[in-house]
Amino acid sequence: MAQKLQGNAKLAKQKKIKTDQDDLTTLYRDMLLIRRFEEKAGQLYGMGQIAGFCHLYIGQEAVVVGMRHAMVEGDQMITSYRDHGHMLACGMSPRGVMAELTGRIGGYSKGKGGSMHMFSVEKKFYGGHGIVGAQVPIGAGLGFANKYLGNNAVSLAFFGDGAANQGQVYETFNMAELWDLPVIFVIENNQYAMGTSVERSSAETELYKRGISFGIEGVQVDGMNVLAVREAGLKAIKHARDGKGPMILEMKTYRYRGHSMSDPAKYRTRDEVKEMRGERDPIDAVKSRLLDEKWADLDSLKAIDKEIKEIVADSAEFALESPEPDPSELYTDVLVEV
Amino acid sequence: MARMNMIEAIRSAMDVKMSQDPDVLVFGEDVGFFGGVFRCTAGLQETHGLHRCFDTPISEGGIMGIAIGMAAAGLRPIAEIQFADYIYPGYDQIASEAARLRYRSNGEFTAPLTIRTPVGGGIYGGQTHSQSPEALFTHISGLKTIIPSNPYDAKGLLITAIEDNDPVLFLEPKRLYNGPFYGDPHAPAVNWSGHDLGEVPEGHYRVEFEKARKIADGDDLTILTYGTMVWVAQAAVNDLEVSADILDLRSLLPLDLESIAESVKKTGRCVILHEATKTSGFGAELMAQVQEHCFYSLEAPIERVTGWDTPYPHAQEWAYFPGPIRVKTAIRKVLEG
Repeated sequence: MAQKLQGNAKLAKQKKIKTDQDDLTTLYRDMLLIRRFEEKAGQLYGMGQIAGFCHLYIGQEAVVVGMRHAMVEGDQMITSYRDHGHMLACGMSPRGVMAELTGRIGGYSKGKGGSMHMFSVEKKFYGGHGIVGAQVPIGAGLGFANKYLGNNAVSLAFFGDGAANQGQVYETFNMAELWDLPVIFVIENNQYAMGTSVERSSAETELYKRGISFGIEGVQVDGMNVLAVREAGLKAIKHARDGKGPMILEMKTYRYRGHSMSDPAKYRTRDEVKEMRGERDPIDAVKSRLLDEKWADLDSLKAIDKEIKEIVADSAEFALESPEPDPSELYTDVLVEV
Repeated sequence: MARMNMIEAIRSAMDVKMSQDPDVLVFGEDVGFFGGVFRCTAGLQETHGLHRCFDTPISEGGIMGIAIGMAAAGLRPIAEIQFADYIYPGYDQIASEAARLRYRSNGEFTAPLTIRTPVGGGIYGGQTHSQSPEALFTHISGLKTIIPSNPYDAKGLLITAIEDNDPVLFLEPKRLYNGPFYGDPHAPAVNWSGHDLGEVPEGHYRVEFEKARKIADGDDLTILTYGTMVWVAQAAVNDLEVSADILDLRSLLPLDLESIAESVKKTGRCVILHEATKTSGFGAELMAQVQEHCFYSLEAPIERVTGWDTPYPHAQEWAYFPGPIRVKTAIRKVLEG
């Protein structure tokens, strides 16, 4: 798989895109927050402090950070169960996300949602959905509401290469293009639907082409290059905001960890993962450019790392200290309380 | 007051709410230009515009998902599923998304969405145009399930559904669209114009959920039913000249347990009727509730009259349908028991 990625001329080398010190430092910091947060989540899971399912975003940070930096205030985001990175990118509090992972009252859903099910009205984050592909039509519905209300917002519906084979995705493509909805379909192609590679599951593996029969323009993007992601995101979001309807962005990316915490990862080789981590890491790429351009030195990077480690440690501390939900919470929020 | 059949009453409810609230939208397969396969949405597109009443592709999963997204973003969508038999591709969205958004978002998001769909047999639709799948939905917490039996209730309940902040499944017994049906397919058709409940206010009114309607008042037994079977129950009770409480439940979830318990404690005998298949049907839930709340008042075992545990047959439609003969047999049995 890694060879295949590298074999693609377009993706072999990170395209050098214009940026500056502040901009690249912000992107670096945002990606690093997700990486360190996820590492901590993995650690807490190993310690038995997080129960159930936990899907880490490590390796894919450039996708959500790049897209978030292409969005403006009012734009919405919705995604699947690999959602921690999306929430942090949206500006949701690391404490609230971590406490939801540990199932505590201080979590975004008072511990009742868990890793896969968190929301924020304030940050326009519409979840966190545990059913593969189910968030895609909902994302188009958000786009419909934007168009109907005339609020100029664009909805971003993220889903994976596995979800790209769900039927309701194609029902959604049809309606989104038919009605010119302001929605961007972001396919995070991390190459594996759990343990099934794209080659073993998909007749057409170039997922950006999946909208062709609906007349939806698709673009393949180096999802390990945060600047390339943002560049593609800006174009696509402008397209939707200009009333031209949806677009598909296929982000070629890679997850380093298993599908979830209980994944033995027998479907790929250690060398493949090692190669991706060593040669294509989205955070390392930004780091080396920061150093090359002399926009940072090892000390300044260390300072950022320290600051982020403190935020993450604080979130973990909060998540372990926050009480468990009271039994009376079991019956709250089933229906609107009268 | 105007005279309306159930189709007109349902249309009037949507018309009233669309006039009052620009966030109310109506859509589904053939609901716009065509006006709906049963004509429930006829004229709404002309009155309220193409942007508020429109056709969708034949994509039930997509329709449900898009409606949920619209609702979560502040609109009040009314999605029609052309027949309840077509709802299954959308079941995932209803069960896993619409019904659960609130619980897993700490009450931040909900889906104030109304799903309208015709149910039940009696029009020779065969197994894919006759089903009554209510029990598949009453099994889901976070969703309300409503089923009217007459034009007056249909309009008031639908307005309440549209105004409700939770997702509501609104089941329309298609055999009752044009008139009450007393269970004899060979009797001349009756329409709503001759019935009290066909008198419907033209403007806004609500019929609240969780309140059963007492169709008949009596002392010998209680009949718990809803939808088409309400009128079959009435015909059977009239034929036998027994004194029965007939409760039209109208709102299956939330359920008016208070009225049920009060009636059964008074009569001590109970018959439950529905058109859906028996095993794990909503009647099983009703039996359990009656047993839990009225055990020491019961004088006889509770009887259920339901569709058979088979797919809805085409040619043998009236052998499947729990008509007055089967209802009368059950009434006699609980009275003798």
